Amino acid sequence: MNFIKTGFLPAAILAVGIGGASACELAEGSVRILSNDFPALQAVTGAAAACATGGATVTANLTTEHRNIQVAALTADPAEYTSAVVSNSSLVPLLTDGLVRPLDDLIAAHGAGVSPNQKIMIDGRTMAIAFMANAQHLYYRRDILEAAGLEVPTTYEEVLAAAEAIRDQGLMEFPLGGTFKAGWNLAQEFVNMYLGHGGAFFEPGSAAPAINNAQGVAALEMMKALTAYMNPDFLTYDSNALQAEFEAGNVALANFWGSRAGGVTDAEGATPEIAAAIGFAAAPTVAGGTTPASTLWWDGFTIATNIPDVDAEASFVAMVHGASTEVANANPNAAVWLIDGYTPGDAAVGVLATAQMGTSPYPMLPYMSLMHTALGTEIVEFLQGSETAEQALSDVEASYRAAAREAGFLN
Amino acid sequence: MKHRTFFWFMLPSGIAMLLFIALPIVSVFVQSLFVENEKVLVEVVTSGPFGTTTQVVVDEAATAVLNAANPLGQFNGFGTYANRNHLAFAEVAEFWRSSDSLGAFARQVYGLPFYKALTFTLAYTFIVTPLIIALGFLIAVAVNALPRLLKGPVIFTSLLPMIITPLVGSLILFWMIDSRGVIGKTLQFIFEDPDLSLKASPMLTWITLMVYGVWSSAPFAFVVFYAGLQTVPQDTLESAMIDGATRWQRIRFVVLPYLMPLVTFIALIQLMDNFRVFEPIVGFNAEANATSLSWIIYNDLRGSEVALFGSAAATSMLTILGVAILLTPVLIRTWRDFSAKGH
Repeated sequence: MNFIKTGFLPAAILAVGIGGASACELAEGSVRILSNDFPALQAVTGAAAACATGGATVTANLTTEHRNIQVAALTADPAEYTSAVVSNSSLVPLLTDGLVRPLDDLIAAHGAGVSPNQKIMIDGRTMAIAFMANAQHLYYRRDILEAAGLEVPTTYEEVLAAAEAIRDQGLMEFPLGGTFKAGWNLAQEFVNMYLGHGGAFFEPGSAAPAINNAQGVAALEMMKALTAYMNPDFLTYDSNALQAEFEAGNVALANFWGSRAGGVTDAEGATPEIAAAIGFAAAPTVAGGTTPASTLWWDGFTIATNIPDVDAEASFVAMVHGASTEVANANPNAAVWLIDGYTPGDAAVGVLATAQMGTSPYPMLPYMSLMHTALGTEIVEFLQGSETAEQALSDVEASYRAAAREAGFLN
Repeated sequence: MKHRTFFWFMLPSGIAMLLFIALPIVSVFVQSLFVENEKVLVEVVTSGPFGTTTQVVVDEAATAVLNAANPLGQFNGFGTYANRNHLAFAEVAEFWRSSDSLGAFARQVYGLPFYKALTFTLAYTFIVTPLIIALGFLIAVAVNALPRLLKGPVIFTSLLPMIITPLVGSLILFWMIDSRGVIGKTLQFIFEDPDLSLKASPMLTWITLMVYGVWSSAPFAFVVFYAGLQTVPQDTLESAMIDGATRWQRIRFVVLPYLMPLVTFIALIQLMDNFRVFEPIVGFNAEANATSLSWIIYNDLRGSEVALFGSAAATSMLTILGVAILLTPVLIRTWRDFSAKGH
């Protein structure tokens, strides 16, 4: 894990590279940023907007609907946005349609502060600059675990045992939480658990699905075992709902997004006692595996293909300025920054620990999102108890095949 | 009106309907007959903050050549309609052969996404529509009997569910029916069951969605009926009273027959609206227990990073077909009434 080592380098090295706020004076060009909407990205786009000092203009559209509009917006010529902030999954459709440009010449000219491990290289060309990492990892309540006389669990088997102990001692009726909302969230939980079991989603080098196997069944069985200790409404819980549950003190253990760590423990929402009692650890492993049942994600920026070079250059400079060491260190708990010179905050330990254990990145395959969608709808019946695990997995494969055929990935 | 005048009067809206309704439907139909061109896949070395791997990516240049040659994609005929995620002819036939009882067959078919959605959509349409009409009529009759002073405030309050945006209304209710919300807790207390959750069981979720549907659309029926009630001929009502008709008899034999065309009108609109049920499913996070045809279209377009336009188009055409089938009896009835009036 490259970024962890470099993460602790002194900040001074980089100050030279970017040159602080004064270096960002754009004489010309139009910078139009499309991005998801959460605190870390607000900080980045906010700092990028500071570049509109000369003749340049900087506008940003921060919306959770970003991935639904990005392809159409960047297909237009000239593109509606000059820079799209993406993650490892949302970069894929932009690559497929050739909507983002290689950044190597821009890095050579203006990217002295970009560290090598920030570069997302595809076939030798840098297509995106990553600036933050994210992963689902264990959140736990120190006070509850102490009261139950338990250590922080490191495997899902221990998580189940801890949940049983907490329930037995009457500390909590539903000690476990999870983002199990039917659809994208639920599918993500399966992806984590399946990778934790060492499974592969596709036959090697092909788009043919390969999840109806022993690991798939084991992953589903483990998910079902966990839901026995969750609030019965678990199929409606997304990140916002789980964060609220944590802040309300209703959940003791959950595998939850690193990007929420700052929010869960800040002064808004939770009482000071609860916020202070929440701890973070690496995502648990499962079934004797050594890598945690989780996936690593990055967020980074791209520059659109269909824009004038002057805008591309201005956008690159503005985004590099937005994702700078100063921004990272000013918001240490907003994200786990991949930027050189960043000193991780308290809320970053979970993601760092998860990454250090060699967790696999979320698969950046062009057909993975179709698999994800099929999982989100087809494994629900198993969790509700109306289908066997094998049946659910075979339904996923059938549903995926139909979609992949339509999208041109399978014949 | 002269034919000529009528023609010029209708022309602007005729053109608008052609451009904004008919043409898009034709375009959606064409779209539903095609699937995307084959994607050319290549293995390349990728690297990032989490290491270096060899990975499959789409060969963008080679795929662009295919797309330029066939901009619409590959012709697939009705293949998308027949595939597993839509009408699933092959799977249904297979279930029919392999299952030993009708119940087992029905359960297997219900496992297919399209039929699962269709089941809820039809159940919702046929349960909610009559309830809306009945409840709307009851409110209208009740409000009409109120003293003048109270009418204004009561009408305003009854209209509130319609004023609230469907998504917001369903979200508010979603929080109230949470097992820790005010309604959810109350129900647990009444039924003395601390595990009772309206969101967990499919049946209770269905009931919740339907109750919401009636709640949010009843005001529409109420407004229409209330307007209709103001035009009921007073002479007929008075003569019925002189003949000794009770209040119920007056409603049954005078008011209801008089308002029958309005019932048809509301049924028409509500059948169409309810068949397209969508917002409450999103608002109530009910995807696990209830999906509708409109929700499938949404999921095809928004569910993943790869939008399945052909799939969404096929479901849209099937929805239009469904609405047409639903409305046919009502339209035939209207046409008969119209013809019977001596045209």
